[in-house]
Amino acid sequence: MSDTVEIAERVEAAPPGRPSRSILRRVGGELLRRREASVLIVAIGLGAYFASAHEAFLTQPNLVNIAQATAPVAIIAAGMVLVLVSGEIDLSVAAVAALAPFNMHYLVDYYSVPILPAIGLALLIAAAVGFVNGAITVFLKVPSFVTTLGTAYVIIGTVLVTSHAFPAPIPDAATDRLRSWFGHSDWAHITWCVLIVAFFHLLLTRTRWGLHTIAVGGNPLGATEAGIRAGRIKIVNFMMVSTLGGFVGILEAFRINTIDPNIGGGFGIMFLAVSAAVIGGTALAGGSGTVAGAFLGALVLAELQNGMNLIGISANPYFVILGIAILVSMIANVYLSRLRRLGRT
Amino acid sequence: MAGDGNGEALRVEHIAKRFGGVTALADVNLRLGRGEVLGLIGDNGAGKSTLIKIVCGFHQPDAGKVFVAGEEVTIRSVDHARSLGIDTVYQDLALVNELTVYHNMFLNRELVRWPLLSNRRMQRLARQHLEDMGVRIPDVDVEVAKLSGGQRQAIAVARSVYSDAKILLLDEPLAAMGAKEGALILDLVRDLKQRGDVSIIVIAHNFGQILEVCDRINLLQHGSITFDKPTSETSVQELTDLVVAEYRAARTRGLGQDQATDTRGRG
Repeated sequence: MSDTVEIAERVEAAPPGRPSRSILRRVGGELLRRREASVLIVAIGLGAYFASAHEAFLTQPNLVNIAQATAPVAIIAAGMVLVLVSGEIDLSVAAVAALAPFNMHYLVDYYSVPILPAIGLALLIAAAVGFVNGAITVFLKVPSFVTTLGTAYVIIGTVLVTSHAFPAPIPDAATDRLRSWFGHSDWAHITWCVLIVAFFHLLLTRTRWGLHTIAVGGNPLGATEAGIRAGRIKIVNFMMVSTLGGFVGILEAFRINTIDPNIGGGFGIMFLAVSAAVIGGTALAGGSGTVAGAFLGALVLAELQNGMNLIGISANPYFVILGIAILVSMIANVYLSRLRRLGRT
Repeated sequence: MAGDGNGEALRVEHIAKRFGGVTALADVNLRLGRGEVLGLIGDNGAGKSTLIKIVCGFHQPDAGKVFVAGEEVTIRSVDHARSLGIDTVYQDLALVNELTVYHNMFLNRELVRWPLLSNRRMQRLARQHLEDMGVRIPDVDVEVAKLSGGQRQAIAVARSVYSDAKILLLDEPLAAMGAKEGALILDLVRDLKQRGDVSIIVIAHNFGQILEVCDRINLLQHGSITFDKPTSETSVQELTDLVVAEYRAARTRGLGQDQATDTRGRG
């Protein structure tokens, strides 16, 4: 057949092993293929620059600062990537981050629930919010952007009404040990973060769940024709990101040692998480994304804010740089994926 | 009753289907032998797709019977049809561009060593299976987005066969495909025919290509099969004449009576 000429490339060449390539091409291909690589380079470059610009950058207290700024964004981003890959978005996670510690506080102080079950219940309620988001999106076919915008305001309002917009103290029932586990000690945040990011990275890249999430975002009709239950995938992804949002809210409350209605910043940390995901190489269109990349994206954002602070640039230009970083990474993303598609890696 | 011994894969009797006031299928009788490749032709709106969708469980017929391997069945859903060994390759193929060839091959039937995917095993089996079927692609771990239309179609067909489909319905597999790409698919169908355990219905518009691989041709007109001949006893010219004659007749009728063309225009 004439068509064999152009596609006969492999034929009987390689049963288990891959065709050998020059190391240079392999590294180049790997860089192209691994979306995380370019963000990693930026993260290292920024670290090197700030380390040389200010001696305080690499001191332990400052590294703790960076870790504590990276972790909440990266934890939420880990779940957000799955939602984005399945073709949806959740604008309500930051609101859930404010809600969860208050629920913990109400349960412990008004309903005398012990602290650990209270934390568990608060996370369950967060998951329930995710379920509502998913159900409205999937069953009533409301775009998730609108669904979660609505639930976000409902939750923000609920938090303000029930708390009278005043912060609350951490319940006395919380022992010192529990407090340090849940974010009061220096490295608690980043430890949770690394565990969660590793888990979600595996979930997306190495499990059926991840594969089906990609399929649902990449080809919704095709995935359904193959028998994948798209609605279920989406709803559970919403539940996971929402739970992570609640968890971040509780971590933050323990870290700052108070339960503040401003945890999550209304929409703030949600947008940072989406930014981290996008900078890390996740497309908003669905079908592709990386959790590890989102973690690196969160690290880059934390480094930028921290480093600029250290070298005495005011906080304001941070947003300019954040905006440029999003645009550049998105353009690079589009360009690189075109290259990837053309190149036969 | 024609049973297994007779080598019959699928038979439908007196199938009728209406959509509102429009009769899509009036009275269809069709038989598909085991290992046979049946070409189903007919003009747009003749009801080919409706017939396929009834067989694959997407629509339920208003009347008539369906027999699979000689046994009467009521196909309730697409999943049910699949469990009976009936699989459809739709025009949109149901492939996910962002996933590799082998992940697509195993989509929703992934091999798992809980909790992780057995990627190496799927890779090996997919490679093996595609090689057995003579489907040539750069490698099984490239993303489907990088493949040509013909290669993608081949992957979709290979996937259905791999999932143990005994009756394969190919909905316009050659549409929007160049001659070279089409040849790839025709080769695949020919290979399947040689294996003898898969029976295939191919919907097509291009009579020349379909005659190359089909054993028998059925023409669907006005909701019933009006022509049934072995490929060896017909020709492109005859088939073309049949369809065109129908078109002319309908057009002439349509001049006096608008409804005729109106009905034909719908799916």
